[in-house]
Amino acid sequence: MQWLAQIGHSTLDKSAACGRALLMLLGAIIAKPQLLKNTPLTIRQIYVVGVQSLLIIVVAGLFIGMVMALQGYTILVSYGAEGSLGPMVALSLLRELGPVVTALLFAGRAGSALTAEIGLMKATEQLSSLEMMAIDPLRRIVAPRLWAGIISMPMLALIFSAVGILGGHVVGVEWLGVDSGSYWSIMQSSVDWDKDVVNGIIKTVVFAFVITWIAIFKGYDAIPTSEGISKATTETVVFSSLAVLGLDFILTALMFGIE
Amino acid sequence: MENLVEIDNLTFSRGGRVLYDDISMRIVKGKTTAIMGPSGIGKTTMLRLMGGQLRPDSGDIRFKGESIQAMRRNRLFTVRRQMSMLFQSGALFTDMTVFDNIAFPLREHTKLSEAVISTIVLLKLQAVGLRGAAYMMPAELSGGMARRAALARAIALDPELIMYDEPFAGQDPISMGVLVKLIKALNDALQLTSVVVTHDVKEVLTIADYIYILAEKKVIGSGTPEEIKNSDSPLVQQFLQGQADGPVPFHYPADSLRKTFLGTS
Amino acid sequence: MTSRKVEILVGLFVVLTVAAGMMLALNVVNQGMSGQAETYTLYAKFDNVGGLKDRSAIKVGGVTVGRVTSIKLDSDAFTPVVALSISKDYHQFPETSSVSILTSGLLGEQYIGFQPGFKIEGIEDLREGDFISDTKSALILEDLIGQFLFSKGN
Repeated sequence: MQWLAQIGHSTLDKSAACGRALLMLLGAIIAKPQLLKNTPLTIRQIYVVGVQSLLIIVVAGLFIGMVMALQGYTILVSYGAEGSLGPMVALSLLRELGPVVTALLFAGRAGSALTAEIGLMKATEQLSSLEMMAIDPLRRIVAPRLWAGIISMPMLALIFSAVGILGGHVVGVEWLGVDSGSYWSIMQSSVDWDKDVVNGIIKTVVFAFVITWIAIFKGYDAIPTSEGISKATTETVVFSSLAVLGLDFILTALMFGIE
Repeated sequence: MENLVEIDNLTFSRGGRVLYDDISMRIVKGKTTAIMGPSGIGKTTMLRLMGGQLRPDSGDIRFKGESIQAMRRNRLFTVRRQMSMLFQSGALFTDMTVFDNIAFPLREHTKLSEAVISTIVLLKLQAVGLRGAAYMMPAELSGGMARRAALARAIALDPELIMYDEPFAGQDPISMGVLVKLIKALNDALQLTSVVVTHDVKEVLTIADYIYILAEKKVIGSGTPEEIKNSDSPLVQQFLQGQADGPVPFHYPADSLRKTFLGTS
Repeated sequence: MTSRKVEILVGLFVVLTVAAGMMLALNVVNQGMSGQAETYTLYAKFDNVGGLKDRSAIKVGGVTVGRVTSIKLDSDAFTPVVALSISKDYHQFPETSSVSILTSGLLGEQYIGFQPGFKIEGIEDLREGDFISDTKSALILEDLIGQFLFSKGN
């Protein structure tokens, strides 16, 4: 019966962790917005989290767009439907691949960096010294990073989709010979602003919120030793990736379900 | 002689283990009080309790007559500006220069102009002897220098109480000498009250005005350095003289050697 | 990293995002929807609208002139009534025009094919709120098969 007790213990631990995570979130968000002081901090975090992820996002977007055009072409050409390459690339990117792949890459790069940074600040007692200096670490350290993540990730996803569509154009039109006019025009008649682009953006915002929250909390809650931080960093990547994939299913069902 | 901090009947446990059992202490204003004891009894925890980062299970801690436990969050933050803590690792913010580290509390809590802040920062650095290192990054400092920089930051807002968490741990004799001199000099020059948590007996006996020795969840000895040196408690004497075996045993409790190797008792 | 450099880079990041957004808005998305030109509404009754949906295209000779805005059931005759929203650029369709529900390609979406009628003396143009009288419903596969079997049987 030992394992039964283990399960119960583990469930209680996880519930306690969820409670702490919620308290941390509320403590960081519900506060007088000191815009003058906190904006420079947030901007700096947008640089760390967003701008420094640009390279991997652009390269990934480009290659994924190009691969999709390649793969899609071989299948579509057998139905004589290679003109539909445009909408295929665009819709896949805008609805699914853009939000999800950006989220997974973001979780791996920026998420793990956030966890490690905050975990190390905890281990070297920097968070404690902030508290003793009468400065709330939730407002000074956690909040700017939270907002930076929520703002940067949708921007990255948009860039990802745009670059992917361009990549698809390069491979489809320049290389494989799909007509440039039909690439864009058939795409235009299939892609809808509200349904596809906006829904994709909504997904990205949800993912961004979840990933940033998990990453920051794992760092904040980490055991301040080297194993503790390493464990926290791995857990950030694993949990946020799983959360993203699960939420993607739920959101897709809600948004694109049978009308 | 007024008390700055009063601790009454404090009991605190963590993770099922009782760390303090009904202890009382007095920190006198303007004096240097040392808290000593064997490793692992939770001396750093004592400082956190005094600073309000942890709550005791029972008992009361008062700062200038006001109970810390009863304070609301905002009041606690205001009161903390009069206290300062020097962490064992220095805890400088690694992403800014030494200058910015010391300017940090000034920029956060005061509305002074940059020119005034600059003057104050350089003066504080001068007090600890690091004015020349003002624009280095914390990663470039040696351990002793980092600790001195953290000390400059701790006195930036001219607090009334400074708490030192193991300031002498792992320092070479020269750095140790520097820190000892600084703690004493600052205490006198700035009329601070200092609480030093340490287990470096030799150093602290030279600067402390009053000493508490904590062991086994209680205060086992207290008094001026003279009184402590002449104490007749064996535990205190073992501690002061650094004896390997005594009331705190050398061997961790285990079966007798005979039983382990020969199987008989 | 000075804060000036950080600010500039973040600014560039924002510019890049806006550029991506514009690229998507202008080149990728359906432009018919964004440009809301002036429109007027005509109505048509069908027996069966097949797979016609809101926002299906209305085409004259292959050129999109408007969109379907609603498909409702007439309360007396229980037959579908389709509301056609047509751009005001094309306002001179005669009363003799006909509409039919066509399919683009073999498996494609259904749209309304608008056939302008003859323009002779005495025939007026269709105006806002008019009903188009000449309509052809969608082809229903089951009816076709039934007809085929029926004619084969004879």
